[in-house]
Parts: sequence; C-alpha cells; structure tokens
Amino acid sequence: MPVPCATGCGRNASLKRPKTGDALCKECFFWAFETEIHFTITRGELFNRGDSVAVAASGGKDSTVLAHVLKTLNERYNYGLNLILLSIDEGITGYRDDSLETVMQNSADYVMPLKILSYKDLYGWTMDEIVAQIGRKNNCTFCGVFRRQALDRGAALLNVKCIATGHNADDIAETVLMNVLRGDIARLKRCTAISTGSEGTIPRVKPLKYSYEKEIVMYAHYKKLVYFSTECVFAPNAYRGHARALLKDLEKIRPTCIMDIIYSGETMSVKEEVTLPTQRTCSRCNFVSSQEVCKACVLLEGLNKGLPKLGIGKSSKAKRMLEEYNAKQNDSLQEAISEINDEFKKNNCISKGKVCKSNCKSKENKHSTTDLNTVDANTNSCEQVHSNEVTDDNKETKCCNKKQYCTNKKTNETNESNSKAEKLLAEYGIPESSDKPNSIEETNSSQDKVCEIDVSNSVDNEEFDVDLHTNDEVILKEEDNTCAGACGKVDSLHIGF
Amino acid sequence: MAHPIKLQIQFGGGAELLFDSIKSRTIELPAIDKYFPECQREKWTIKELLVWMKDNLLRERPELFLQGDSVRPGILVLVNDTDWELYDELSYELLEGDTIAFISTLHGG
Repeated sequence: MPVPCATGCGRNASLKRPKTGDALCKECFFWAFETEIHFTITRGELFNRGDSVAVAASGGKDSTVLAHVLKTLNERYNYGLNLILLSIDEGITGYRDDSLETVMQNSADYVMPLKILSYKDLYGWTMDEIVAQIGRKNNCTFCGVFRRQALDRGAALLNVKCIATGHNADDIAETVLMNVLRGDIARLKRCTAISTGSEGTIPRVKPLKYSYEKEIVMYAHYKKLVYFSTECVFAPNAYRGHARALLKDLEKIRPTCIMDIIYSGETMSVKEEVTLPTQRTCSRCNFVSSQEVCKACVLLEGLNKGLPKLGIGKSSKAKRMLEEYNAKQNDSLQEAISEINDEFKKNNCISKGKVCKSNCKSKENKHSTTDLNTVDANTNSCEQVHSNEVTDDNKETKCCNKKQYCTNKKTNETNESNSKAEKLLAEYGIPESSDKPNSIEETNSSQDKVCEIDVSNSVDNEEFDVDLHTNDEVILKEEDNTCAGACGKVDSLHIGF
Repeated sequence: MAHPIKLQIQFGGGAELLFDSIKSRTIELPAIDKYFPECQREKWTIKELLVWMKDNLLRERPELFLQGDSVRPGILVLVNDTDWELYDELSYELLEGDTIAFISTLHGG
C-alpha cells in the first residue's frame, strides 16, 4: 500500500525520516534534507561570503554527500563560497587507493579542485608501515591523530578559511558515547561543537551535524551519487565499532535517540572543580594540543624510535619508556664503540683490495638516527667498499639507495616534520648528537627526497652517500645488524666513533 | 496455492561485499510451502526471504548482515526503491517482480 507524502504534494512517500518519523517522497525529502543543512549552516554561521572552504573528502558517503550538498546550496542560496576538495592519503592499500579514485571522480563531477596529501609525505610513514609496527590494535589512534593534523596542514597549504567535514549526527552521537565510556570529559565537552578551532588554527565545521546517516545514504542512493563504501581494512578492531553497534541497536528501537544523545552532549555542563587540560599549541610543531607536545609528535617520535607504543596510553608511561630506551641506547652505544675499536685494532675488518658487499638488501640496517649519531647506511642495497689503502682512520663507505624523489613542496613539508622530530628529541632529553658532525644533517633528513650528503670528517675522513628517506623509513627495526659482508661486524654505521 | 516467484535483489553501500560483491541479481524463490514445509503462510515475506538468502547467498560472516530474524541495524532495506519502514518491514509480502535492495550505512565515512 503506497503511503502518501506527508507534505500533501500528491506523490507517494519513499522513505520514513528517522528524525521526525515523517513519510516523504523523494523530492520533498531532498528539499527537507538540503534545507535543514542550510539552516544548520546559517544558524551556526559556519561560512562567510567569499570564503575559501576545504571539503574534507574521503570518497565515502558522508563527504560525497557533503560536497554535493554544499555545491547545491552554494548555488541555490548564493553563499559565494569557493569550495575545494581536500583528501588525505593514509597509505592503506586496498582502501584509500581505491577511495581516492572516487574522490577524483567527485572532483570531476562537481567541478571542484582537489588537493591530495599523503601521510608518507607528511610523516614519512604510510599506515601500512605503521600497522606493520604497531599491530592492529591501536592503529586507529595513529591514523586519527595524523589525519587531524594532515587536514590542518592541507588547509594551510590551500589557504582556506575553514575545513568542512562530513561528520553526521550518528558520528557525533557515537563520539559522545565514546567519550562517556572513556571518561574523556575534555573531549566530551567539545565534541558536539559545530565549529571547532581555537585561535591560530583553521576552524572545522560540521554542516551534516544534524543529518542522520540513514538520510545521507538515502540521499546518495536517490541522487545516484558515486561513493566508496569499503570498510577500512584496519577498522574491525576499533573500539568505535562497539559504540557504533550499540547506537545502531538503540536507534532501531527509538530513532530520535541520536538527536537526544547529541542534545545531551551539547547541554551537559562540567562541574567547575573538574580540571580540564587547557588547549594550547604544541611546543614542537605549533599545532593545537592539550599537552606540551602534541599527540602527533609523540606518536611520530615513537615510530621513529622503534617504540611504536609510545603515544598509546598515559604520558607518564611514555616518559618511562623513553628513559628505559635511552639507558639501553647508551649501553649499546658503548658496546658498539668498544667493539669497533677492538676490531680496528685487529685490523681484520678490512677486506684488502676487495669489495666487501654487505647484503643489506632487506632494509635491515636500522639505526635510530637520533641515538647512534652517525650517518646510517640504511639502504636497500648497500655497498661497502674498503680500498686497499684503507687504514684505521681512512675509510670510504658508499651506500647506494633506492631512488626516491619528491617535489619541492614535499621537501618543505618534510623538513617541517623533521625539525619537529628534532625538537622532540631535545624535549625528551634524548642525547642529540651535537658532538657528532653527521648528526645534524641526519636528523634534518628529508623523508621523501633523495638526499646525498657527503660528510667529510676531518679525523676519519669518511665519505657517506646516504639516502635519508630510507633511513627514516626503517628506523624502527633492530639496531644490531652485523655487516653481512666479510667483516661480520657491526656495519659501517658505527664506524664514526 | 503457493507459487514460485521471481525477484530482483540488489546490494549497495558495502553490503554487496558479503554477497560475492555482486550488486544485483535475479532470484527465483520456490513455492513457500516447499521451502518451509512448516510455514502456514501462502506468500513469501521479507522475513523468509532473509532466511532463504542466508541459506543460499550469504557466503561469509552472516552476523554482519543479519541480527536475530532481521537485518543488522544500519542496513537499509528498500522495497521497489521505497524504505521498507513504510511497508511493514519484515512482514511485507513479496510480489512477483519486486526489487528488494539492501544498502549498508555501516561502511566507511
């Protein structure tokens, strides 16, 4: 039995709105859906005429609908906005690579320019690589923290006034629930804000804040919008999934619970005696943070040090981990130095008149740049040449690397993140190689460029030719690799001592 | 008398991933009393369709598609492109040539 549209337009209804229970036809639904978003935008004063606005685009249903609706409303109500799609490539094979194609399609369909930034460019790590280190349990922490900053950086690059994200009502209700479940009062307080962003940061706005997921999907379906719907390959273990399942069960029983949870979140007040972390900027990277050093910097630091769990859990734990790590590093450093000294005394490490090929093919040469203080020969294929004339203090090490290159733009970005890492090191009191001539170049290494550094050490007269990209990429692994060549000793990296 | 009926079933929004990634297919349901000898009804409803789909089409992880005797909350069901909530949901009696679509809202963002 067809149900007539509740507006009395004479058409048959196509769906029951979860928010109101109204049965509407397609046309009346489109109108209601778009107009509500228009009210959300105007009431929240999300945009100003003439603004450039980045639409955070993942290729999924929410951002696809957001882009479509913003374009529609921008024309219908003459907002005068300049809309740009901004995508983040986390480097998740089988997920983001496919969804980015959808975003490119959206870009063409909606005639909006598109900017894509990758984690690899920004942080030197893809999510695939991070998951290989951290496992599947906490990877969403990395992804979320990094994405937040990545969007900020992208927005800064595009010089936009604000970033519009596709967070829908279900997402926000879910977040309220999550913050309650975790006792995260600071986030609970601000997660329902329609526009977030403190001084000096680019505001985020959520035009779909009051739009139900069901309506977003129905809108996309009826409008035949192309969107990408594969679940993130890493997501199934995320805690959020449980909150989501609970919410969907509740919504089935009483659809208005979504709006009610948001309302609760909006109106809940936090007791005055509850101390909240103050929002400030990270002393390392200057992005907004509730801590001295922001989460992204700590996570990145952990990754680059081979302590991927560093940023997971409490900061006191992180401090302890770093202390232990430093102690261990000092020990192994001493060990390595004495070992090498012994070796050189015996003078048996040098293959006279021969080329000693170390088989460092599988990126095994991992040395934390920050601790071993010498230029790493972290390479895919590294050739160690010891010439005949080599003496204890005259060696030549040459490393050829897999070629990576990047644009100037990337170089800028990566330099930024590296100086960040450098500052972090100082912050955590990790011995920063100031006494080693090579270290600075190394720490400043750009993760995504081919870098050839010839370091002439007046004492040792060493020459290095190092790809720092590989260096950063492989930092995590073991540090006690021995040279696979004739010498069988700790490889060239330690020779600098 | 119960008859076999032909239907079009469609999947979207990621739900197709549980059904061999085939987005649309035509199925023929046998006479309901052949498939469910216990069943008193003469006509197929969506409730029985779901059981049939579970037995015949659903390849993996049925809990991602079904919950209890209905679809998992978050999967939308459309009867001839209309929200099944306007059509008695599970009790909707299927007619020859109906198109039933299952669209997941649970995938991606």
